[in-house]
Amino acid sequence: MSRFAAHVLVLALAAAVPAAAQTNIQVRFTQFTLPNGLHVIVHEDHTVPVATLNVWYHVGSGRERPGRTGFAHLFEHLMFEGSGHVTDGEFDSLLEAAGATNNGSTSTDRTNYFIDMPSNALELALFLESDRMGYLLDSMTPDRVNGQRDVVKNERRQHYENAPYGMASIEIDEMLYPPSHPYRWPTIGHMDDLTAASYEDVVEFFRKYYAPGNASLVIAGDIDPERTRALIEKWFGDIKPGAASVPPIVHPPAVLTEVKRKTIQDRVQLPRLYFAWLTPAHFRPGDAELDVAASILAGGKNARLYKRLVYDLQIAQDVSAFQASSALGSQFQIIVTARPPAAGATPQASVARIQSIVDEEIARLQKEPPAAREFERAIHQIEASFYSRMERIGNFGGVGDQLNAYYFATGNPDYFNEDLARYRALSAADVRAAVAHWLPLNRRVELVVEPAVKGAR
Amino acid sequence: MMPALALIATLAIAVAAGSTVQQAPDRSAAPKPEAAPEFKPPQIQKRQLSNGLPVWIGERHKVPVVHVSIVVRSGSGADPAQKFGVASLTSRMLDEGAGNRDALEIADAIDYLGASLSTSCSFDASFIDLHVPVARLSDALGLMADVALRPTFPDNELQRVREETLTSLIQAQDDPEQLVRFAFPRLVFGPQHRYGTLSVGTAASIKGFSPDDLKQFHAKHYVPGNSVIIVAGDTTPDAVLPMLEKTFGAWKGAAPPPGATGEAPQLKSRQLYLIDKPGAAQSQIRIGWIGVPRSTPDFFALRVLNTILGGAFTSRLNTNLREQHGYAYGASSAFDMRAAAGPFFAAAGVQTDKTSESLQEFFKELGNIRQPIPADELDKAKNYLALSFPRSFETTADVAGSLAQLFVYGLRDDYYATFARRVLEVTAEDVQRAAQRHIQPDKFAVLVIGDRKTIEGKINALNLGPMKVMTTGDVMK
Repeated sequence: MSRFAAHVLVLALAAAVPAAAQTNIQVRFTQFTLPNGLHVIVHEDHTVPVATLNVWYHVGSGRERPGRTGFAHLFEHLMFEGSGHVTDGEFDSLLEAAGATNNGSTSTDRTNYFIDMPSNALELALFLESDRMGYLLDSMTPDRVNGQRDVVKNERRQHYENAPYGMASIEIDEMLYPPSHPYRWPTIGHMDDLTAASYEDVVEFFRKYYAPGNASLVIAGDIDPERTRALIEKWFGDIKPGAASVPPIVHPPAVLTEVKRKTIQDRVQLPRLYFAWLTPAHFRPGDAELDVAASILAGGKNARLYKRLVYDLQIAQDVSAFQASSALGSQFQIIVTARPPAAGATPQASVARIQSIVDEEIARLQKEPPAAREFERAIHQIEASFYSRMERIGNFGGVGDQLNAYYFATGNPDYFNEDLARYRALSAADVRAAVAHWLPLNRRVELVVEPAVKGAR
Repeated sequence: MMPALALIATLAIAVAAGSTVQQAPDRSAAPKPEAAPEFKPPQIQKRQLSNGLPVWIGERHKVPVVHVSIVVRSGSGADPAQKFGVASLTSRMLDEGAGNRDALEIADAIDYLGASLSTSCSFDASFIDLHVPVARLSDALGLMADVALRPTFPDNELQRVREETLTSLIQAQDDPEQLVRFAFPRLVFGPQHRYGTLSVGTAASIKGFSPDDLKQFHAKHYVPGNSVIIVAGDTTPDAVLPMLEKTFGAWKGAAPPPGATGEAPQLKSRQLYLIDKPGAAQSQIRIGWIGVPRSTPDFFALRVLNTILGGAFTSRLNTNLREQHGYAYGASSAFDMRAAAGPFFAAAGVQTDKTSESLQEFFKELGNIRQPIPADELDKAKNYLALSFPRSFETTADVAGSLAQLFVYGLRDDYYATFARRVLEVTAEDVQRAAQRHIQPDKFAVLVIGDRKTIEGKINALNLGPMKVMTTGDVMK
């Protein structure tokens, strides 16, 4: 069986105090690399008769060049439109007829695709996935690019321009990163750049970044590992190795030397405040500490910012805090939506009051470690989340996707235990030190989205 | 000659296998899936506590977690007239003070266990959901029982939650995707029928609730005679029943008298509605009328029909508006089936300058779905529904949610075991009959939320029907 040792875990959890003797989470897998460079990870789990195929291409919007922002994501859309031996529309219709679903997503660092299927449809999924990895360009046309360009522009309208506060993340990235930094521009892209994207760009991007050696493939679920390996060799073995390997992105770390402030207007009735810092990359020292800090600040009713702003004072509608971890460096954000100002009060006064409280709470966590109870509460929540993450095989965030994520970040698909160990090794003092070091009040981005003045857009 | 040829062929294969270049597979036709794997839904172990409270258990031993749901067969459909939103606010207030703990103590205890406890409410049921590492199950059940059985509805917490809820209604006005969810049912069902207002209620009704309103709703509906406990995950009846007996065995109360939501009068002629969002980059479109109750005999035909129309990626609406025209990021349709007939609607957010073109395409597809469905399209939809079905039993929360449906809608015990077969039995005639009956575009309400000055003239030029210009206040008060 492919699951981790459930009974041992139960024993470890029964000890309420963070125990010294911790158990291992282990996800059994096999892995191999095809001669063309494609790395393959196979994981067996027969809970339900379904399987998942999960591919990561090690390219994201961070690889884009000026004037072509949004291209990695536009390209992702084109991967579903047919390939050398799959006609337009056939990718989705063959999968639906087999009871499968599929999707893809693009971030700054990577592009991922999954197909979740009844386990009898594995070979169909391997055929479709290998055909677009090997033969995408055979049927690519400028018309196809135009079609998905319109779809992506509507995705941007729906999730950014027409969404309340939708432009905030784009503004924050522009304030956090210098113009040359790979994280400066939005993954969805600028409208003008989406307009400019061409068929020739598609050809170049595919040849450069979609070679098997720049990808990793996970098959997980109700499968036989040996037969799966044979099928993978059959369908992926003939794909040409393609271009030379892609060198890692090298860019000096972004640095903030002051507070950068901006206020923008939107068609909203409630002001919202954003605070953003540049923080350590995924799995680097400080990354796990800041996950815990986020929980202590905004995870649950007793979290410090939630309790003061939302529960006690009731001057905020909601508050969130998170460490968004990425390969070249991370962001820590705190977001607070203000309540409607009291009669006679201005939105600006309400925003100023919220900001002073946010600053007080950060300063307090910089000076004193969190209490044992609130620290343990955060650790217990994080530990439990590791178990729940094991329940689903497919989709975004399922076991298949996590195996690829760990492989991409660390070279070890089964990094679950090492990842969890990062949190178990922490002390309350570590959290204080990370907040003091990484969340300075005098070097950060402050963005306020305020209600538009009537008549203005 | 033949043996010689065969020998050469064998050698060639051996060479290819030994080198780094594989023989190219035959890609001229997609591999056909083998026979579908047998799927048996988890066995439901039905037990009872000493007070008669049913306990349904579905074991899942992959991960050491348990999901427990208390399902109360009363939701917003049980709101008294003039008190729309009571069920929803009662549900929201359950964990704001219960037993001898206040709101902060409950949250602290749950979080410290690494558990999550949530309360929610639909038109047909109220839910308390606990997800917890199995080693902490016993402790967490005590907290869950307090929240479900002994909420205190403190006045100060009610004031706070009330203000939060009222503020969320203000936020909904700012978001066209949310606003359309409030506005469309109001236009179809009107302000009097319960389904014309979302579960949450209106600002006016929410302002009127006292702790007594919530206490009364709770006392009447949150009773063992009206409820079930569903347990899914890494436990067994022998392990969990004694814990449940200890925490829920003394709970008392008979089912309330049935208070069915009445059926609303069906729409009679097409009517357009426009809500202005100056400068909007997209128009939110929703088209439909009163659909069917969950008990409809057309259930399986309509699931297939909707999969073809707007319930899957390759559905006609998504293929047309997204893939062929690029007017939208996505388009869909749904029959929202409840105890009484809920809404049917087709929906999309479309780019502002293609609003009228999109409406034309919507009506083209809504008309075409009434015509006979080609066999291959019908088969694709049926297979999609029947074969993707095992995924609704993958996680402990999936299993609990699937079992909850059986309880809320009184479905037969073999419902899931026979689901795939009943989907596959649907015929083209069944679908066409259901379409003729339930998709009548000349009687539909058409709602557009967008930039009026850009879109109104072109919409009127389509001559789809009379148009009323509405305000956000009209549809949310």
